[in-house]
Amino acid sequence: MFEHASLLFLVLLPFLGSIVVAFLPTRARGIAAAISGIVAIALTALAVLSYGDVAGERVLRSELQWLPQLGLNVIIRMDGLSWLFTTMIASIGGLVVLYARYYMSAKDPVPRFFALLLAFMGAMLGMVLSGNLIQLVLFWELTSIFSFLLIGYWHQNAAARDGARMALVITGTGGLALFAGMLLLGHMVGSFDLDVVLASGDIVRTHPLYTPTLVLILLAAFTKSAQFPFHFWLPRAMAAPTPVSAYLHSATMVKAGVFLLALLWPVLAGTPIWFWIVTYVGLATLLLGAYSAIFQQDLKGVLAYSTVSHLGLIVTLLGMSTPLALVAAVFHIANHATFKASLFMAAGIIDHETGTRDIRRLGGLARFMPATATLAIVASAAMAGVPLLNGFLSKEMFFSETALRNPIPFVDVSLPVVAIIAGAFAVTYSLRFILKVFFGPPSTDLDRTPHEPPALMRRPIEILVLACLLVGIIPAITIGPFLATAVSSVLGPDLPYYSLAVWHGLNMPLLMSVVALGGGVLLYVLLRPYLARGIDGPPFIAHLAGPRIFERLLILLSVKWAKSLERLLGTRRLQPQLAILVAVAILAAVTPTLAGVGPLRFSFAGVEPGLVLVWIVGMACAVGAATQAKYHRLAALMLMGGAGLATSVTFVWYSAPDLALTQLLVEVVTTILILLGLRWLPKRFEDAGIDPLRKFSPRRLRDLALAIMAGAGMALLSYAVMTRDAPDGIARFFLDNAYSEGGGRNVVNVILVDFRGFDTLGEITVLGIVALTTYALLRRFRPAADSIPRPEQQRIQSEVEVERADHEEGTILSDFLFVPAVIMRWLFPAIVTLAAFLLLRGHDLPGGGFIAGITMAIGFILQYLAGGTRWVEDRLRILPVYWIAAGLLLALATGAGAWLFGVPFLTTYFQYADLPVLGRLPVASALLFDLGVFVLVVGATVLILVAIAHQSLRAASPRAKGASGSADASRGAS
Amino acid sequence: MELVLAISIGVLAGSGIWLLLRPRSFQVIIGLSLLSYAVNLFIFSMGGLKSDAAPILEQGVDVSTYADPVPQALVLTAIVIGFAMTALFLVVLLAARGLTGTDHVDGRER
Repeated sequence: MFEHASLLFLVLLPFLGSIVVAFLPTRARGIAAAISGIVAIALTALAVLSYGDVAGERVLRSELQWLPQLGLNVIIRMDGLSWLFTTMIASIGGLVVLYARYYMSAKDPVPRFFALLLAFMGAMLGMVLSGNLIQLVLFWELTSIFSFLLIGYWHQNAAARDGARMALVITGTGGLALFAGMLLLGHMVGSFDLDVVLASGDIVRTHPLYTPTLVLILLAAFTKSAQFPFHFWLPRAMAAPTPVSAYLHSATMVKAGVFLLALLWPVLAGTPIWFWIVTYVGLATLLLGAYSAIFQQDLKGVLAYSTVSHLGLIVTLLGMSTPLALVAAVFHIANHATFKASLFMAAGIIDHETGTRDIRRLGGLARFMPATATLAIVASAAMAGVPLLNGFLSKEMFFSETALRNPIPFVDVSLPVVAIIAGAFAVTYSLRFILKVFFGPPSTDLDRTPHEPPALMRRPIEILVLACLLVGIIPAITIGPFLATAVSSVLGPDLPYYSLAVWHGLNMPLLMSVVALGGGVLLYVLLRPYLARGIDGPPFIAHLAGPRIFERLLILLSVKWAKSLERLLGTRRLQPQLAILVAVAILAAVTPTLAGVGPLRFSFAGVEPGLVLVWIVGMACAVGAATQAKYHRLAALMLMGGAGLATSVTFVWYSAPDLALTQLLVEVVTTILILLGLRWLPKRFEDAGIDPLRKFSPRRLRDLALAIMAGAGMALLSYAVMTRDAPDGIARFFLDNAYSEGGGRNVVNVILVDFRGFDTLGEITVLGIVALTTYALLRRFRPAADSIPRPEQQRIQSEVEVERADHEEGTILSDFLFVPAVIMRWLFPAIVTLAAFLLLRGHDLPGGGFIAGITMAIGFILQYLAGGTRWVEDRLRILPVYWIAAGLLLALATGAGAWLFGVPFLTTYFQYADLPVLGRLPVASALLFDLGVFVLVVGATVLILVAIAHQSLRAASPRAKGASGSADASRGAS
Repeated sequence: MELVLAISIGVLAGSGIWLLLRPRSFQVIIGLSLLSYAVNLFIFSMGGLKSDAAPILEQGVDVSTYADPVPQALVLTAIVIGFAMTALFLVVLLAARGLTGTDHVDGRER
């Protein structure tokens, strides 16, 4: 049980910490660092404590149900390899936190930095502890995203933004490839469980999909671990704050790629294609990185290219596919993390104390900061592979692996030769780093006199360098057992023989080391004149600048091609777009019917003369609306209502009372709504002088053809559908079960509030959102100035009122429509009662929340119509926004209430009860849900209508009168 | 009767599409309403046309005689959403008219 909790904790704790830190005030640097430090220490302690559980090839597993139907569970899994990574991520994370506490300026929003750092730590831990391929991809992507945010932390800095974007694009692309690769891998194995996958190496390697899968996964690993030709994002990411570089480019981010290769090594490695791709990509990266590192003028640039080269070394080892090479790779992963993290930190201190990272301006720093200099020199020596340091040991193992005889002559020669050359390069750039920065004449043009940093800032470096020394001098005691544990989880119980000792006697690897060391020193001496000229960037290959190619590609894809595509296909005019849409829709409908729709039997059987009459009127209305909508808007609106009424009658006729009611009520509300808006549309009169031929312009003829085609198509399609026997769909299920399961006789309503309650919940949410959107839009925007003057009657009345002393302006007007107004007011209680009645009976008889809600809303609107906006709002405070909230919450609470009884969301409970006066009623939780629907519909409808009605008030108010419509609108929009 | 209803749906849809392609936003709003009548009727008609068979359960009546409630439930929500769409469109129309000074769908006269 303890293990399960601790595993879960390892993944969750950093994210929890991140959330806590994110909410700290911007200046809380100390607290943010303290919390992050505690989290990192706790994680390290947890990792160390769980060592006992993973030693000896045991695997710690904790499983949580996720999507059991798909065989997907959240599996947190720790074996020796992930234990090593977990410990590295947590402990170096803790050191980086301590370092960052002093490095980060109090002027920066430091809590955000620590929040991101912790989140990144969580993503890394989640990735190395994933026991499920999909989960691994998820955390992999999270590391890309958080590293993007960390690299771009100083987002005011263009280089940081560019570097962050480049890192995200490249590693993100790799992440997509990984997702595809993992899906293929899971498909081959038949499971996404990592333990199952790891045991299925033979199936995978012989599967026909092996090659594409391998390429996809390698693409992910190479982009993440900055392998050639994707290496160029890493030096660019140096725009990040140095603690980020120290963390991302030593122990974490870039190690994710090699971790993936090591993790899947038992499954994927060993084939020729793996050997050739992985080994030689690694070798190319090793050489290229080391070569470029020599010629960098930025301290962090040297370290970045050196990181690239060391990653290449690890990848080469992994590519060789021998057990001993794997041991060396894992060993070097740990060693590189320690010395590179300390070197980045030292570079940060130099930057911090001198104000520059430019090697050309630095010199003689050993005099000003002897302690830091000593530490950096030891770490650089480890990087160069000097004996008695950890880097020497793993490099020695690398040399001995490359020196193995290989039957292929090319491999036999290229491996050891490149290894020695790259080793010499490493010595050269390390030597240059030490000699240029710490020795020689002291720099003169620095902004300040450098001195030692605070002792606590140096502490992390001291710890790391101590680790380098301990591992380098007494490897068998310090790292031996842990390395064996890590490696055995990949290789299984039969570990190859290897000896962790400083002295192996005079052998080939030692000879190679000596040659590399000597060659490196010699190369440095030879290159000194060239280096003294201070040219940035390596000679010969400077024009092969990855970043430039990348930028060009990005611009080509996202700017040039996009623009030409837009020019080719785009238009800002909506009418042609709609015409194309309609044409495509017609085509889409016609294509499947080309094969024939079967025999169409035209018959007038069952013609109902009444309904035919209704539809003659309905069709006339529709065509009338179509022709009148331009010049006679009111007439068009009325005609549209006529067509709506015909639709409503059809619903009644063919047994859909609920629909008919809804249609009728919505018709009323829509008409009021559009009437409210009419006054702001511009005047338009039929001009007698207009060219009559314009009526037959090609565009109008085209539109007419489209309309006729669409209409005819719809008619044909609906006729074809209606004359066919309806298939036995799901209707029967609802009819059979509505009463027994849902407790209602009105099947339509039972479907809405019970069977498909979730849909309805979504729908009322949409309705609420639309209402709020209209409200928000109208708050920000002002409609145009009235385009229609006040009616003559109103004008004369107010003139009279102004003249007569005993009348105030507007009093006669308020008596306008007096009798209807009284009737409307008196109708209000009746309408409320009707709405309640419709709501309550909805489960058994036509009615329900939607219908009752609109009815109630009409009741409110009638009051507005009768008394005017001010009159109503003086007497009745309707707060439609609250109605919307209450309705949605009630519906949600009803749904969630089902959880209390241990049943899924929105399960209905019902019981028939005899209520006084009302009689026998279904008391179903669905009624509560329907009440929620009702309340929300009332709120939404009233909010929409009132928001538009209020525009009239605003337009009439003296404040808005002076300003013209456009000035008003621009102010609203600003 | 199916023929009459099919023609009616066709006329509604045709009128709606014609208006949809017109330049004035008010025409478009009316056109969308007409088109949604047509589509609602079309979906509704998929369940077949039955008179006096409202899906209100009564005891002793065979369930196969009722009209299909599923298209009805679909159309009911469609009507309400249609109203919301009309409202949103109207507000956008008014705002666009206020901002651009024209009721042309492109926001400028040509």
